[in-house]
Amino acid sequence: MSNVLAIAHKELKGYFASPIAYVVIGLYAIMFGYFFYALLLYFDRQSMQMAGLGGAQPVNVNEGLIRPVFLNTTVIFLFILPMVTMRTYSEEKRSGTIELLLTAPLTDFQIIAGKFLGAMGLYAAMLAVTIPHIAALFWLGNPEWIPIVVTYLGLLLMGGCFISVGLFISSLTKNQIVAVMATFTVFLMLWVINWIASFMGPRAQDVLNYLSITDHLDDFTRGVIDTKHLVYYISFISFGLYLTMRSVDTERWRG
Amino acid sequence: MIEVQHLTKRYGPVTAVDDVSFKAERGEILGFLGPNGAGKTTTMRVLTGYMPATDGKAIVAGYDVLEQPVEAKRRTGYLPETPPLYPDMTVFDYLTFCARIKGVPRSERATRLRNVMERTQIADVAKRHCAKLSKGYRQRVGLAQALLHNPEVLILDEPTAGLDPKQIIETRRLIKGLGGDHTIILSTHILPEVSQTCNRIVIINKGRVVAVDTPDNLTARLRGSETLYVQVDAMGADAEGMLSSIPGVTRVSTSDRRDSIAGFEVDSDSGRDVRRELAAAIVNRGWGLLELRPMRMGLEEIFLKVITEDAAVPETAPETSQTAPEASHE
Repeated sequence: MSNVLAIAHKELKGYFASPIAYVVIGLYAIMFGYFFYALLLYFDRQSMQMAGLGGAQPVNVNEGLIRPVFLNTTVIFLFILPMVTMRTYSEEKRSGTIELLLTAPLTDFQIIAGKFLGAMGLYAAMLAVTIPHIAALFWLGNPEWIPIVVTYLGLLLMGGCFISVGLFISSLTKNQIVAVMATFTVFLMLWVINWIASFMGPRAQDVLNYLSITDHLDDFTRGVIDTKHLVYYISFISFGLYLTMRSVDTERWRG
Repeated sequence: MIEVQHLTKRYGPVTAVDDVSFKAERGEILGFLGPNGAGKTTTMRVLTGYMPATDGKAIVAGYDVLEQPVEAKRRTGYLPETPPLYPDMTVFDYLTFCARIKGVPRSERATRLRNVMERTQIADVAKRHCAKLSKGYRQRVGLAQALLHNPEVLILDEPTAGLDPKQIIETRRLIKGLGGDHTIILSTHILPEVSQTCNRIVIINKGRVVAVDTPDNLTARLRGSETLYVQVDAMGADAEGMLSSIPGVTRVSTSDRRDSIAGFEVDSDSGRDVRRELAAAIVNRGWGLLELRPMRMGLEEIFLKVITEDAAVPETAPETSQTAPEASHE
């Protein structure tokens, strides 16, 4: 475990020693801020109208604002997470530091787990940018906190899926540009894979809907932790990490 | 301590290392000598567990590198051809990270770090980023990294590459000092380096071991006959004929001539020293004996001889052992 943490610590430090962490967090902060502001304006108008109509129930902040904000901003990760994972293996291969890791008394799994945790750390730092916005809502209104916590859990798991795929793709190439483009393409495909679902037979429809990464987030944003989604995310992450392990191993054999 | 048995490594159709076997005893410094692309780096990468062999076995510090890689790696320090540094890290942070992944206990880390930085003389750049280091410093930080966990076995791929002459001498001295406690394999294509630092030499060419011996034995074995160089001022007389008539001399050839002064290469039966007879005969004639010295075969000549002999005697196997792209995997 201490080996995993050593790698994770090094990865995280590496992100912050290069411009990547700042660019990624900065871009996310700008985009999230804009999404939040836009949806806040909608929410504001909506509640005015409701009040004008003399609705007995005030609009729910969780349902009317927080949930749409998080669901809409997930698209940002599509662009940003490939930048986080592109260098994990590609950079080590290019600079030859992979030799240090592969000849140190570490197992492949420890290296991969460390890299995964490092990227997750940066991702968590990105999510932390959203906390002030949400905190402001607590100050101005009284949203429920449980759905918010569950949403963050869902976001972490969803990001974990993206990162595990990104790691795998990065382990396939020395070239960071190739890594970033391939990762982005795969993310996008996983995003839109269920668009054609309604044109398919019922069986295929279920499968396609199940594969879509974002659909599983929906219940989390409602504050529901469903085992179905947990199983999906966790098995997705495990599979991504497993593929990375296989890839690193074959790379050794090919030399 | 290190045992390599019938090691073979193929990259697709290219055989980089072909049935290589050798041993290194505890405390020995083994020189791995060969032209570029001979398979030195590949062999070392197999030994360090960086890549598995296609065939054969490698045992380091009692552990098979394929069966028990973590145990073997715990006891191995490795300096790759390009020092594996993280450009964004300071030297100190880098070494701290290395110490962590190599399992140096937290309580010993500071002492080990200080000790190693002192030995490799990099304490003055501890706070500098690896990206800003000169080649010499990079090499030494790489060496420091290999020494950190005080491994029983050290595998150094061209440890003096890129150093200036003073640093080369210091590094060689350091490596020599490490022998005894550590078993060291170092690769190089610089010949004087092996003769100065190593107890034993493995000469490798086109993926095959062509000779294994001590530097002295290699020199002696390949010399075959003794050769002397004599420079004589014979004042116009037939010095060549006279020298040939001395008992024990097998062959005399003129190597240079200027006016009455001539230089000869005199071969004699191996093991027979004819220097006294030669000197006496020349002086007795009243000639001037200007120079008389044994022509020792340098490692360069031995190396070339071994390698050309290897090429001249075609093995029964077809020529599959082409020169491997050694740095194909950067």
